[in-house]
Amino acid sequence: MPPDSTSVPWPVAEGYQLSVDGRTRTVEGAWVGESLLYVLRERLGLPGAKNACEQGECGSCSVLLDGVVVCACCVLGADAAGAEVTTVEGLTATGSAKDIQEALVAGGGVQCGFCTPGFLAAITDLLARSPEADELEVREALSGNLCRCTGYGRILEAVSAVQAERRGAGVPGGLRAPGDEDGPR
Amino acid sequence: MTTSTPGPLVDDPEVGARRTSGPQTTGARTTGARVGEGALRPDGTPKAEGRFAFSSDLWIDGMLWGRTLRSPHPAARIVSIDPRPALALPGVRAVLTATDVPGRATYGLEVPDQPVFARDVVRYHGEPVAAVAADHPETARAAAEAVVVDYEPLTPLVDPTTALDSPPIHPDGNLFRHLPIRRGDPGATAAVVVEGSYEVGMQDQAFLGPESGLAVPGDDGGVELYVATQWLHVDRDQVAASLGLPVELVRLHLAGVGGAFGGREDVSLQIHLCMLALRTGRPVKMVYARDESFFGHVHRHPARMWYRHHATAEGDLVKVEARILLDGGAYLSSSNAVISNAACFAPGPYRVDNAVIDGYVVRTNNPPCGAMRGFGSVQVCFGHEAQMDKLAAALGVDPVQLRLRNALRQSDRLVTGQVLTGAVPVREVIEAAAALPLPPDAAPDGPPIARPGGAGLTADPDDVARGTGFAVSIKNVAYSEGFDDYSTARVRLEVGPGGDPVATVVVATAEVGQGFVTLAGQIVGEELGVGRVVLSPAGTAEVGSAGSSSASRQTWMSGGALQLACAAVRSELAARAASAWACPVEMVEVVTGPAPGEVRRRGTGERMRWVDLLDPPIEREEEYHHRPTRALDADGQGDAHLAVMFAAHRAVVDVDAGLGLVRVVQVATGQDVGQALNPLQVTGQIEGGIAQGVGLAVMEEIVLDQGRVRNPSFTDYLIPTTLDMPGVDAVLVEVPEPGAPYGAKGVGEPPAISSGPAVVAAIRAATGLPLERVPVRPEDIALAPRP
Amino acid sequence: MRIARPVTVDEAVEALSAEPGAQLLAGGTDFCVEVNFGHRRPAAVVALRRVAELRERAVRGETVSLGAGVTYAELSGRIAEVVPALAAAARSVGSPQIRNAGTLGGNLATASPAGDTLPVLAALGAEVTLRGPAGERVLTVGELVTGVKQTSMRPGELITKIEVRRVRGAQQFLKVGTRNAMVIAIASAAVVLDRDRRELRCALGSVAPVPLRVARAEEMMSEAIDWERVEAPPGAAARFAELAAEASAPIGDHRASARYRRQAVRVICERAVNRCLRDAA
Repeated sequence: MPPDSTSVPWPVAEGYQLSVDGRTRTVEGAWVGESLLYVLRERLGLPGAKNACEQGECGSCSVLLDGVVVCACCVLGADAAGAEVTTVEGLTATGSAKDIQEALVAGGGVQCGFCTPGFLAAITDLLARSPEADELEVREALSGNLCRCTGYGRILEAVSAVQAERRGAGVPGGLRAPGDEDGPR
Repeated sequence: MTTSTPGPLVDDPEVGARRTSGPQTTGARTTGARVGEGALRPDGTPKAEGRFAFSSDLWIDGMLWGRTLRSPHPAARIVSIDPRPALALPGVRAVLTATDVPGRATYGLEVPDQPVFARDVVRYHGEPVAAVAADHPETARAAAEAVVVDYEPLTPLVDPTTALDSPPIHPDGNLFRHLPIRRGDPGATAAVVVEGSYEVGMQDQAFLGPESGLAVPGDDGGVELYVATQWLHVDRDQVAASLGLPVELVRLHLAGVGGAFGGREDVSLQIHLCMLALRTGRPVKMVYARDESFFGHVHRHPARMWYRHHATAEGDLVKVEARILLDGGAYLSSSNAVISNAACFAPGPYRVDNAVIDGYVVRTNNPPCGAMRGFGSVQVCFGHEAQMDKLAAALGVDPVQLRLRNALRQSDRLVTGQVLTGAVPVREVIEAAAALPLPPDAAPDGPPIARPGGAGLTADPDDVARGTGFAVSIKNVAYSEGFDDYSTARVRLEVGPGGDPVATVVVATAEVGQGFVTLAGQIVGEELGVGRVVLSPAGTAEVGSAGSSSASRQTWMSGGALQLACAAVRSELAARAASAWACPVEMVEVVTGPAPGEVRRRGTGERMRWVDLLDPPIEREEEYHHRPTRALDADGQGDAHLAVMFAAHRAVVDVDAGLGLVRVVQVATGQDVGQALNPLQVTGQIEGGIAQGVGLAVMEEIVLDQGRVRNPSFTDYLIPTTLDMPGVDAVLVEVPEPGAPYGAKGVGEPPAISSGPAVVAAIRAATGLPLERVPVRPEDIALAPRP
Repeated sequence: MRIARPVTVDEAVEALSAEPGAQLLAGGTDFCVEVNFGHRRPAAVVALRRVAELRERAVRGETVSLGAGVTYAELSGRIAEVVPALAAAARSVGSPQIRNAGTLGGNLATASPAGDTLPVLAALGAEVTLRGPAGERVLTVGELVTGVKQTSMRPGELITKIEVRRVRGAQQFLKVGTRNAMVIAIASAAVVLDRDRRELRCALGSVAPVPLRVARAEEMMSEAIDWERVEAPPGAAARFAELAAEASAPIGDHRASARYRRQAVRVICERAVNRCLRDAA
C-alpha cells in the first residue's frame, strides 16, 4: 500500500509513468512535491538510493537519470516522467556494476554502507565517461559523495582496482592509455 | 605491519530481505574465517547492492509518519500549547505533548534530566515540544507547523564561563561536574614554564543515516521498536520508563545503522515513536531530515582550556597545570564521563609526577553535548599537544624528541595515580609515524585543483607554503570509574541443513559500521572452527545487554563474551563426549582446527563427530565483565581505567596564508592496536577516524549565535570530501594487551584524537601563527597579525 | 501543486499564463531542496526539462549562445575554450551530481548572491533573453538580478538563452570556500581582460546582494594597463584589488565575517588580474 497522500494539503499530481531500471512504473496519487528519491523509496519499493541530506550535498541518493549521475532528492518525481532512471537495484540486477561492488567490499570501501549505493552510481558514471581517470580526476568526480566512515581511502583504492581489472580484461571502456603497455598499474 | 590486503569474498552473505509484510532487521551469515585474517564484512555485498535495510528503509503496510515539533528558541517559557489546529487537519492521527507522556517525563543516559517533551520551559534551540503522526510525511509536516505554541522567550545562558555564576536554568543546577586531580607537589616548578589557552568548537558526528525508526504496537500492550542505535538495552530501559511499561513489553530491534560515532548513544526519537504507535494503534515511521538530525542528537563538547607546563632544562616534564571547561549544553547526557576523560588525560601520553588539573562541565542553553568519537580526549589533545610544541620551542629541541623523552612507559603512572600495567607502546607509535616517508614537494606545475582552495582555483604555486606537525594521544578503552561494564553473548551449536555443524550467534551488539559482525564470525571461527556462523538479528528480547558500541569497547567486551560462550559450548561438547565414552572429561579433546568438528579421546584415539553430539543442540550464554575499575577519590586519584591506547599522527599541509585556505597533503600514523584482528577493518577505522580529525581541524563546527544553531545542514556544516581528505600512511603497532581477548585493544577512537592536533600543528608550522582555536577558520589565518 | 511539462518555449509561456504564480522548474537543484524542507509549496510547477530549445548551445562566429537549460556540466569542451572563466565557475558549482542537473538559466533566475556563474556572466557582459506573453526582451545580468534572490523577471516570463561575446584577451574566475569542493562561495571574483575594448571588467560574488561590478576599480585598471604590451605598472593590481574590496558590501554570517570576505576579495582580485595579464601576454 503506497503512502496515502490524500490528506496532503496541496493537490496531488495526475498519475505519471516512470521508467525505472528498464521497467515502466506507474505512480498514482502522489503529491507533486515528492522528490524522485521519495517516490523510489516509499512508492516503488526501491530504497537503495539513500536519504542522507535531501539537499544535494551528500550524493547518497545518486541515481542515473538518462545515464547521467544526479541526486534523486533534487529531481521531482513527476518531472522524471519520460526519463530513464537507473537505481542501485537496477545496476545490481543487470550485473553491470558487479566488479565495482565486489571491489568496494573486498577493498574495505564499505563500513556503515549508507553512502555506498550513491558511490556506486557515481563510480559507474565516472568509469563510463572516463575509464582511465587518474587519482585526482577520480577524487573530483567523487567529491559530491560524502562518506563519514571510511575517509575515502578504501573507496579510492577500489576504483583503482576496478580500473586495473577492466584494463586487464579489455572490457569496453577499459582502453589502454599510451605508455601503459605493461599492464595494470 | 602496514595496511593489508583483503582476503577472499564471503561466498554467501545474507541479510534479512526487506519490504515483505513486516519490518526487517539485520542479521548476517558469515564464514568462519579466523581472528587476524582479512575476513570481509558479511553485510558488505548487501550494502553495496542496496538491499541492506537501514532504519530509514523500513516500511510496513498501513504505517503512519511521525514528525517532531521543536523549539525555535534556546530559552523560553511555554505559556500554552494548542494542538487542536493540527488535529483538525485531515489525515492527522495524533498530536502528543508533555502531558501525554504515560510514564517518567524525563530520560537520560546518566541521570534522567531531559524532558521527553518540554512542558513549561525550553532549554535549547531544537528541544522537542510535540510530536505528530499523520498519513503522509507532508501532512505530518503541516500538522507540526499547525500546533500553536505560545512562547515567552527568555535570555539564554550561552557563555559557559558564566554558567556557575548564573541563576540555575534547571532544577539540577548549572554544574554537571567538577573533577579535580591533584598529584604530587602542587607547588612544584622547573626551569622552563610555558602557558597557553585553547579553544575547541562544537563538532557534530554527522553520520550519514539520519535518525529513523519504526514502532509497531504489539497485541500485548507492548511495542516493537526497530531503530538505529548504539545500545539497544539502555534505549529500552529509558523508553520503558517513559512509557510506564515493564521492560519486557518494550522490544527493541536493531535496524540498519548508517554510522553513529557517539551520536546515537542518547535517545532521540525512540520514546516519541513508541508513544505515537501506542496512541494511534498503528505502526509509525519517523525519519529525521538532515536539519532535524542536527537538533536530534548531542554534539562534541566545545572546550576552553588553560594549560601551564613546567619542565627541566633537559626537557623532562615536572608539572602540568590545566583548567578545562566543557560546555555541556542544556542536559547532562554523558557529560560526567566526558569530563572525566578530559581531566584524566589532560597531560597527554606523557610521564609527569605533579599535576593540578580541574575539569568542569556546565549546563547552558546551548545544544546538549555528549558522546563523540574520542570522548574528552579529543579536546584536551589540542591543548596538551600545542603545549608540547610550545615547550619544544622554548627548549629549542625537536618536538618529536621531546615527546619521546617524556613518553609514558609500562609501569609509569597516570596523573590519577594508576599504574599502567598493560601495553604502553607510546615510543613505538611515535617512532613509527615519524619514520614514514614524507610526501614529495608540491610540483609548481601540478594541477591547480590540488592546491589549497581546490575547485575554487584560488592559489598560485607561490601562494602556498608547506608545514609539518606532530601529535600523540591517549584514550581509555571501555567504561571507567567503577561502572560494571559487560556484554552478553549466546552461541548455539547445532547440525545445519547440510549435516555440518552450524554456530548461531546471538548478541545485542550494535553494528554501526565498525565491523563487529565480521569479527563475530572470526571469533567463532577461531574458537569453534566451524565453517558456518549465523548472526541472529540483535534485539533486546533475544539476549542480554552488550553495552554500547562506543568507547572502542566492543571488540574487547562483546568479543570477550563470544569467546566465553564458545568456550562453554566446547566444554559441553567435551562433557557429552565424556558421558558417551564414560570417561573423565579431562580425557576429551575438542578439535577446532585444522580439521574441526571432532572430539578425540586421549589415550585411545577414539573419535566422535560433533554432529553426533548435537541432539539437542548446545546453547550457552555468557556475560563478560572486564576487570573492575574504581571511582576517583576527592583528589582524582584511583584506578579508574581498564586500559589505555595510543596513537601518533604526523600531518603535512599546504596553506594559502593569503586566503587562509588549507589542503592536508598527508597524514602518517602509528597506532597501538594491541593485536589487529582484522587488519583491513583496522585500516578503515584509522582512515575514517583521521577524516573526522581533519574535519575538526579545518572545517567542522556547529556555529551558534545566542544559542541558535546557524548551520544545521550539509550545505553549511562541512565535512571533508574526497578533495579534502589526504592519503593516509598507517603502521599498526602490535603489542598484545594482557588480559584483553586476543590481545586486542580498541581501534576506533585514537585516529580521531591526535590527527586533528597534528594538522593544526602543521598549519602553525606553515604560517608561524599561534592558532589557539579549532577548527582553524580561513580568517584565523588570513586576518591574523603576521608574526 | 500541479505540474506542466511543455516541450516548446511557446508551450512553456502558455503554461505560465494559465497558472499565474506557477514555479518554473529547471534543474531542480535549488527548488527541490526548498520543497523537501517545506520552505516552498507553489500551487503549480512548469517543468522545463523537456524544452529542447533551452538545451541548445552553440558557438556562432564571435558569440556563444547558451540555452537557459544548459547544465553546468555542459559548459565544458568547446564552450570552455571560448569562455574559460564561465567553465571554471560552472566546474566549481556544488557536486558533479548538481552540475549534471543544475542549469545556467536556473542559476540566473534563482539569483542567489552566491550563484557561481553570475559574476562571470556579469563580467563578460552577457545578454540574457527572456520570453513572455509580451514577447522577448534582452537584459544584462545587472538588469536581471535586482536583489537577494530577486529578479526583474515579469510574471509569465522565462529565461530562454544567454549570449556571451568571445573576448580576445584573458579571463579568470576564483572562488573562495572553506572546503576544497562542494562549497558555497564565501567570495568570488570574475575578471575579464578585453583587449578589443581595452577594458578590464570585474564582478564579485557573495559580497553584495547582487553580482557586483566594481566600476571604479575597472576604470583605474583599464587606464593603468598598457594595452599594446598588455602590462601593468607595479602596484596596479594591488591598487585595483583595494578598490574592488572597498566597493564590496559583504555581510558577516556563519560562513565568514564581513572583514574576511573583504580581505578575500582583495586577495583573489589581485591574483585574478595578475593571472589575466600573464595569460594575455
